[in-house]
Amino acid sequence: MGSSSLLNVSGLYKNFGGVQAISDLNFEIIEGELLGMIGPNGSGKTTAVNLITGFVKPTEGNVHYRGKNITGWPPYKIVRLGIARTFQMVKPFYQLPAYKNMIIPLYSPRVKQMTGGKYGDRDAVALDLLEEVGFERDAFVAYKSASVLPQGYLKRLELAKAIALQPDLIILDELFSGLSLAEVASIVPIIEKLRQQGKTIIMIEHRLKELFRIADRIIALNYGQKIADGQAADVMDSQEVKNAYLGSE
Amino acid sequence: MQRRKERVDRGIKVRSSDVFALSSWREMLYLSAPRLLPIVGLLLLSVVLSYYWQRVLLSVSVFALLAISWDILAQSGMVSLGQALFFGTGAYLAGNMNHYLGWPPYVTLPLAAIFGGLLCTLFLIPVLRLRGIYFSMVTLVLPLMLVRIIEATRIFGGTEGLSGLDPLPNRWVEIYLIIAVLLAALFGFRRLMNSDYGLVLKGISDNDRSVMNAGINIYWFKTQALFIASALGAFAGAFMTHVYMFVGMPVFAMDYSILPIAAAVVGGMGTLAGSMLGAFILVPLSEILRGLGGLRIVFYGLFLVIFTVAIPEGIFHYIQRKYHQFERWVEVK
Repeated sequence: MGSSSLLNVSGLYKNFGGVQAISDLNFEIIEGELLGMIGPNGSGKTTAVNLITGFVKPTEGNVHYRGKNITGWPPYKIVRLGIARTFQMVKPFYQLPAYKNMIIPLYSPRVKQMTGGKYGDRDAVALDLLEEVGFERDAFVAYKSASVLPQGYLKRLELAKAIALQPDLIILDELFSGLSLAEVASIVPIIEKLRQQGKTIIMIEHRLKELFRIADRIIALNYGQKIADGQAADVMDSQEVKNAYLGSE
Repeated sequence: MQRRKERVDRGIKVRSSDVFALSSWREMLYLSAPRLLPIVGLLLLSVVLSYYWQRVLLSVSVFALLAISWDILAQSGMVSLGQALFFGTGAYLAGNMNHYLGWPPYVTLPLAAIFGGLLCTLFLIPVLRLRGIYFSMVTLVLPLMLVRIIEATRIFGGTEGLSGLDPLPNRWVEIYLIIAVLLAALFGFRRLMNSDYGLVLKGISDNDRSVMNAGINIYWFKTQALFIASALGAFAGAFMTHVYMFVGMPVFAMDYSILPIAAAVVGGMGTLAGSMLGAFILVPLSEILRGLGGLRIVFYGLFLVIFTVAIPEGIFHYIQRKYHQFERWVEVK
């Protein structure tokens, strides 16, 4: 496919009552690209992700994925096309052990479609996937209940659940928030590996230093509008971005 | 000779969860005893009980089915306050098929279960998107509405109901039929809920957005769980119609909604076996207390409070925990 556009967001608007959460958002992402999305708190980053993944319906505008208009589709149908996301607030199944958490995405029609109708032994696949994101097999972390796992592991679990769906586009909503420097350092190689596999990634992140090291392109949002789009250095040099983060006085 | 205590279940768990190599009859018994207990217990009860208590056993089993049905729904994230809807729909379907069409019980029972399940699922599909208390409210109201519709329009025998319906051939058919269905429901649906399919249902109650985010249509899964649970409840209703040879407005009574919930709470939610155990404690208890006349409800309520305060996890969970903690003396080498 090369440099064709994978996801295209055009003229997207979302009002919550009187609040304009997203207004006239336009951007596209090319296959294989790692796009960073930044902006101050409340600038509409998560809303943008919710609009793309179908958890929230846009007031106006369109989202195209591989040329197909997916605006307003329910989330489960969008996932089946190959778009997976993580949540900023982790959403594990707290009653279940970590590896059983993986069974639910592995039960997805998306996985069935990607593996040619066969699911395989889900428990074994789950343990393999969890090992990939850093659940040490020898320490039996994967067998522990999700309710007792520390935040770092829950974030990894969230990432593993997205990877289990074998997506083409992965949207990571503040994966690094709440993690220590060491934990972030151990997750970065996982993301780089995903890129090598040809996955397209959108990362919403407040940890700008780590993000700029791996992102190809950055877009910045403020009050639901795109205020910058380009290379990391250019975006940070933009006066508008500085104003958004630091105030305009 | 030095001795120490050792948990019985540890070694068995290791050997039985992966490799299926059990070393002795004692270990086999340890694993199978809890499963054999309800089977042997029910068969034994069916022959030793007097005629009166056999009738009680029928009603106990029916409430156990309703409690299992409630538990399946609860595990899938739907708290039903209207098991009477399932029970009553099944009861009226069987009654009408028998009264107006003259179909015999062995035809009406399966048909009432299937079509009762479909009908109740259709009733509730519009509110499937509601969560928590909002879903519960609708399930509470529906049976109350249906009963008023029957009263006002005088359909299906109106306030007098339909009487003189065909009974089952004899009391042994009655008792073994309901025991067979109850055991099949208990073991079958326990297996189902422990499978990967059941895991998805449990995931919906835990975190439905996360399940949706896995590309799974949660409403379709909820519909399936709803059908399973309501078909089970509808069978219970149809069965009672033929036992009483009568169907009328009382089949939509609150008892059928509230008692299964109390049974699940007392017995322990989330295992199906707990809900069944709860029904086997509460319904006979209510019968024993009959001698107390007006004070019956007071004592009954008191027992309920004592159970829930003393063993909030539920009797089944408590017994299960203790069973897993059995110890034996072993030699220290």
